[in-house]
Amino acid sequence: MRASAAAAFSRDAWARRLPLLPAFIYVFLVTQVPFVLTIYYSFFSWNLLKPGSFQFAGLENYSALLTNESIRTAIWNTVLLTLAVIGFSVVIGLGVAVLLNSEVFGKGLMRTLMIAPFLIMPTAGALIWKDTLLNPLFGLLPYLLTPVGLGRVDIVNQFPMVTVVAVEVWRWTPFMMLIILAGLQSQNPEVLEAARVDGANAFQAFRRITLPLVRPFIELGALLGSLFVVQTFDSIFMLTFGGPGEDTTNIPFLLYLVAFQGFSIGQASAIGVVAVIITTIVATFALRTLFSIFQIEARR
Amino acid sequence: MSEVAGRSKVLWSIVGWLVVFVFFFPVLWMWLEGFKTEPQAASTPPTILFVPTLAEFQEVLSGDFPPFFINSAIASIGSTLLVLVLGLPAAYALAIRPVKRSRDVLFFFISTRFLPFAASLVPLYLLARDLQLLDNILALVLIYTTINLPLGVWLLRSFLLEIPHDLFEAARVDGASFHHEILRIVVPLIAPGLAATSLICLIFSWNEFFYAVNLTSSVAATAPLFLVSFISGRGLFYAKLAAAATLASLPVLLAGWIAQRQLIRGLTMGAVK
Repeated sequence: MRASAAAAFSRDAWARRLPLLPAFIYVFLVTQVPFVLTIYYSFFSWNLLKPGSFQFAGLENYSALLTNESIRTAIWNTVLLTLAVIGFSVVIGLGVAVLLNSEVFGKGLMRTLMIAPFLIMPTAGALIWKDTLLNPLFGLLPYLLTPVGLGRVDIVNQFPMVTVVAVEVWRWTPFMMLIILAGLQSQNPEVLEAARVDGANAFQAFRRITLPLVRPFIELGALLGSLFVVQTFDSIFMLTFGGPGEDTTNIPFLLYLVAFQGFSIGQASAIGVVAVIITTIVATFALRTLFSIFQIEARR
Repeated sequence: MSEVAGRSKVLWSIVGWLVVFVFFFPVLWMWLEGFKTEPQAASTPPTILFVPTLAEFQEVLSGDFPPFFINSAIASIGSTLLVLVLGLPAAYALAIRPVKRSRDVLFFFISTRFLPFAASLVPLYLLARDLQLLDNILALVLIYTTINLPLGVWLLRSFLLEIPHDLFEAARVDGASFHHEILRIVVPLIAPGLAATSLICLIFSWNEFFYAVNLTSSVAATAPLFLVSFISGRGLFYAKLAAAATLASLPVLLAGWIAQRQLIRGLTMGAVK
């Protein structure tokens, strides 16, 4: 009797598990196996162009990373790019979200147009910026800046990091705006009204009531955004190709260069492991925020 | 509305529209340049008034662009279908009749989405090489499925949680099978959710560049790669570039605008509605 109950129980457990398994196994195989292989390769010296060069190298790839100027530059560029892009896009996104949440004409159309930069293919957006807006000879911006004496400057080459940051801020501000706007719209307008009645001015009401309410949404936007921005590749490839020199080479781009221009599989894998470590730190915070928002939503 | 409130509405509207104009301008400029002739697109001062021409669009479409576009369509639609087929049952097992430790499973799924692409590129490249899948669109279909599946599972789960539980109890009393529940109850009820999930998946896979540039070269190259050929080009090619960029961006722009209401939900894995 007891045995059959246990059998029924385990049958039920498997009936529950079965629909999950295909997706679970698929994701497991395609993400975890390559990741383990990356760790494995990172202990080998292997140049793809040299057959038979596959040999155990211990921690050599990692010690090379420690002494390598390129990786330090790439880590620094990654951190700088991510912080700058997230910082600017959160601040501007917050501003636009507040505007779109207030009484303005044509809110719906504003929102629709505003999200376009996020939807445009990143490679296409980067090309448009580089060739039609920033090109020193034919671009629109140098032309507009000529009267102020700034014209005909090769912006992309002289300020490569500023350019990449600007294009990425252009792309990520709509993302931040959408998330923060959702937070603002979840606010009960009566609370703000009550604060007004109590004599709080608009700024006080914003700081004391609105901002604490949208804070989890800002955090979520910043953390999710940084997980994407850490991986920036498309716009660097199109705008600067990591240069001039290594001025805009971040970790994904360095990995691309080492793996597919230098064909050093072991070295590239070690860089991949470093990328995972950095991302895991950010992701841990992101997931915690995600779950806390789930709980806020569930309580409502 | 009082006069003061009316005046502040006008003021803030102007500020708002200025900001929106700045952000939308590059997109607008891309469209405009695409409808110009090459000399107009590269003129100083910039041509503002002109008779629009479809010449560059025609040239792009009659040239070598269509195969890239078709590859993008195969990779995006193929992977999106796979996400739905694999993701819906999984979401069911995490929402309707949850498995044990379903929270851990959810956590696992989403953590794979945050694993940097850089971490798996090298092994996937070597694997694709050994399986004769380099420059084969199937490789991108399979990889994009992996990228979007965690997102799909989370999103579909958030839609499934909104179905009243009684419906399933009733169906089970009637002896409905799993397939019956999925096809007769789940699919009709979350049809908008399925559409939203598909659009989000399409957006991510259509624009993907990192794997595409490293795993394909000519036969299976996708739309973003077509644009790469413009980097090295010199001389008068801005109108053609803009026309190509417009065409390459169009599907996602439309999908995003159609799914506007669901976009935020998709981008936050269903956490924000």
